[in-house]
Amino acid sequence: MWGILRQKVGDTGLSPQGLGNQMLRLRPATSAVRDYSAATKEMTVRDALNSALDEEMAADPNVYVMGEEVGEYQGAYKITKGLLDKFGPERVVDTPITEAGFAGIGVGSAYHGLRPVIEFMTFNFSMQAIDHVINSAAKSNYMSAGQINVPIVFRGPNGPAAGVGAQHSQCYGAWYGSVPGLKVLVPYSSEDARGLLKAAIRDPDPVVFLENELLYGESFPVSAEALDSSFTLPIGKAKIEREGKDVTITAFSKMVGYALKAAEILEKEGINAEVINLRSIRPLDRATINASVRKTNRLVTVEEGFPQHGIGAEICASVVEDSFGYLDAPVERIAGADVPTPYAANLERMAFPQIEDIVRAVKRACYRSV
Amino acid sequence: MASTYLTKSKSFIIHTLKSKLHYTTRTSHFTNSLFHHRLLHTLSPLPPVPKHANYYSIGKDYVARRSHATTSASSQINQLPVESPSSQILDFPGGKVKFTKNMIFTSNSTEERVNCYRVLDDNGQPFTDDIDLLKINKELALKMYTNMVTLEVMDTVFYESQRQGRISFYATTTGEEAINIASAAALDNNDFVFPQYREPGALLWRGFTLQEFANQLFGNKHEYGKGRQMPVHYGSRKHNYITVASTVATQIPHAVGAAYSLKMEKQDSCVITYFGDGGTSTGDFHAALNFAAVLEVPVIFFCRNNGWAISTPVNEQFRSDGVVVRGKAYGVPSIRIDGNDALAIYNAVCEARKLAINEQTPVLIEALTYRAGHHTTSDDSTRYRSVDEIERWKGDQNPVKRLKKWIESKGWWDNVAESEYRSNIRKQVAQAIQVAEQIEKPPVADMFNDVYDVPPRNLNEQEAFVRKTVKKHREDYPADVPL
Repeated sequence: MWGILRQKVGDTGLSPQGLGNQMLRLRPATSAVRDYSAATKEMTVRDALNSALDEEMAADPNVYVMGEEVGEYQGAYKITKGLLDKFGPERVVDTPITEAGFAGIGVGSAYHGLRPVIEFMTFNFSMQAIDHVINSAAKSNYMSAGQINVPIVFRGPNGPAAGVGAQHSQCYGAWYGSVPGLKVLVPYSSEDARGLLKAAIRDPDPVVFLENELLYGESFPVSAEALDSSFTLPIGKAKIEREGKDVTITAFSKMVGYALKAAEILEKEGINAEVINLRSIRPLDRATINASVRKTNRLVTVEEGFPQHGIGAEICASVVEDSFGYLDAPVERIAGADVPTPYAANLERMAFPQIEDIVRAVKRACYRSV
Repeated sequence: MASTYLTKSKSFIIHTLKSKLHYTTRTSHFTNSLFHHRLLHTLSPLPPVPKHANYYSIGKDYVARRSHATTSASSQINQLPVESPSSQILDFPGGKVKFTKNMIFTSNSTEERVNCYRVLDDNGQPFTDDIDLLKINKELALKMYTNMVTLEVMDTVFYESQRQGRISFYATTTGEEAINIASAAALDNNDFVFPQYREPGALLWRGFTLQEFANQLFGNKHEYGKGRQMPVHYGSRKHNYITVASTVATQIPHAVGAAYSLKMEKQDSCVITYFGDGGTSTGDFHAALNFAAVLEVPVIFFCRNNGWAISTPVNEQFRSDGVVVRGKAYGVPSIRIDGNDALAIYNAVCEARKLAINEQTPVLIEALTYRAGHHTTSDDSTRYRSVDEIERWKGDQNPVKRLKKWIESKGWWDNVAESEYRSNIRKQVAQAIQVAEQIEKPPVADMFNDVYDVPPRNLNEQEAFVRKTVKKHREDYPADVPL
């Protein structure tokens, strides 16, 4: 009830909020036109990443790929398929099993001017190399006072897949997102994957690029613009995937898809949800999130990672700092269960947010009974 | 010989086969080699050969994988007398392996340690009669010696300044002056240096001034690190000296990566990286040497085995014969040298550089030396080692003294020149300290830049907020911090 009343008030267009609504409505509209103009072509995230790598390697001879199984095996998840044949073993380097080793070597080569793309088979394995990611890559530009910059990209699947157990399912968004000197990107769609990976490779700073194994096979429509080899997306800008006025749902990676489905369900119950695809965890697009919350007055954050010190916690703090007066309900934070991921399918399903969880959280935020 | 090795049934099988398959067509190569392999791989009796067995089907996959070995194997079986299986060979990935009937575990230690290369003896006299090995002219020798003295004096004065509370921290290179200077002297200025933290000599050799050193120690606004790091974390892009990081041994795989980059660019230079005995215990050391050998990159791994990793002596660090033997394990050419002999170091690094660049191979050098000073100013090494031991190494084994004896014997140097030079340098260092102390500290703006290539919005906001706060509450902040 209260939620519906607020909705009506916001619609008058007289308040600054209303003006803001107008502005916000324009922006997503234009991007909608851009994204879906020639939307007949579909592309899987896997192909999007592969094509992005291919194009960047062709354009800049300093870009090279290194990791386990990236060459002869065509990539553990086939992201680097065909690259060895096309660019040769000097630029697609298969490595022994030592993440600390090849991360360190990648960083060293970046010190000297190459642009490595280091693949971790999953980011769970990046913990073997995390000293190099943080102490050698993230902090070097600062510690050397700008004398050494590290144009490196660390990429690979992050978070849970399906039935891979505790040591293969952790989300590292919060871990890397807290480190100054790193940029952390989290693509969702194929367009995100292409644009953000290209931007990451071209960026002079170290970038942690968190993909999702289950999204690799998913197809998304891509515009003609996104297929162009010069296409990049800006780092640090979130995307409003679905416009709404009742509640803001923030999500990244696979959870964006879940949030969109939840929004469809909610629409039938009269709740108009705005879904924000974060695209970037560091820098976090606080401006877009806050502008959206100021419009809707309710916030639900969704992530697959552990709840404590997670992405949702940071977003909540940001909104409390910048837009406290605009909140009509406490922030709802949905995260994975605070347990190492169990293997059994029924338990695993309960350990991660499902669409129903998002729907219920939105209803709680709207003071509806669940 | 063979009969002791083979059971009766086996010899029967072989003789039967040889008569049936000996000079057969090409297709039988597989069958020959199949049996050859089965012989080699088992010491237990073979099952009797079934009469109508299709030899193609027995272990066909096995044979297919080994098909590259078939021709040699089959020729082996034709040529080798069956009586000596101990000389039969397994063609394994990586090279041929000979078999032996003796079950011997390699010992955990060798009776004899790897020899140590030196040129000058303890009295500074050539250890060898071959004077051509001393390819150092007067100019180079004096440049090396004076730099070593500068390093020694600089260490003493900077150490004292920490004791006086003027800088917060310092690490000396006492006892390792020859390693610092002579290795740098053998390199080209374009060769990249990836230091640990006890190698400022390489920077000194390349022209880093005493003032530049002092500026870094005081963290003032003129230092290249913009006051970001603790003392002795020098770095200078223009001298091709990568900024020192506190993390132990992380520079070793970095060096390999940089060498890979050099190799891809086909440059005529190499990379050198320094580390101590303690650093060789890390995972990074292992990964780096392994990779360097596999990737075939021009990098010199220079290990300063100075006997101590803070309070851990080498026999508690590893049980191998030092570090030099590890190179072999990774397939890296290695040498052990006298780390207190400047000429030996110079020669070895010259040669290593040639090897690395011409053959695109990593090289491992283990220099035996002694950390005559404390680990850093936070350490008092007399708590875990005897003063006698320290004094002994500071005596005749002292690298500066040994080189001095040699150049004096050549008539290139004397005590007058010595005392003059030392007092001169002492004055310069003291002067540099005084100047560095007076220079302003870096401004607040330098706190927020270089985190990224372009400062992001949140950092600009934070900086603005800090400035505003400092202006508003001036009394809460030190007066000498410039905005």
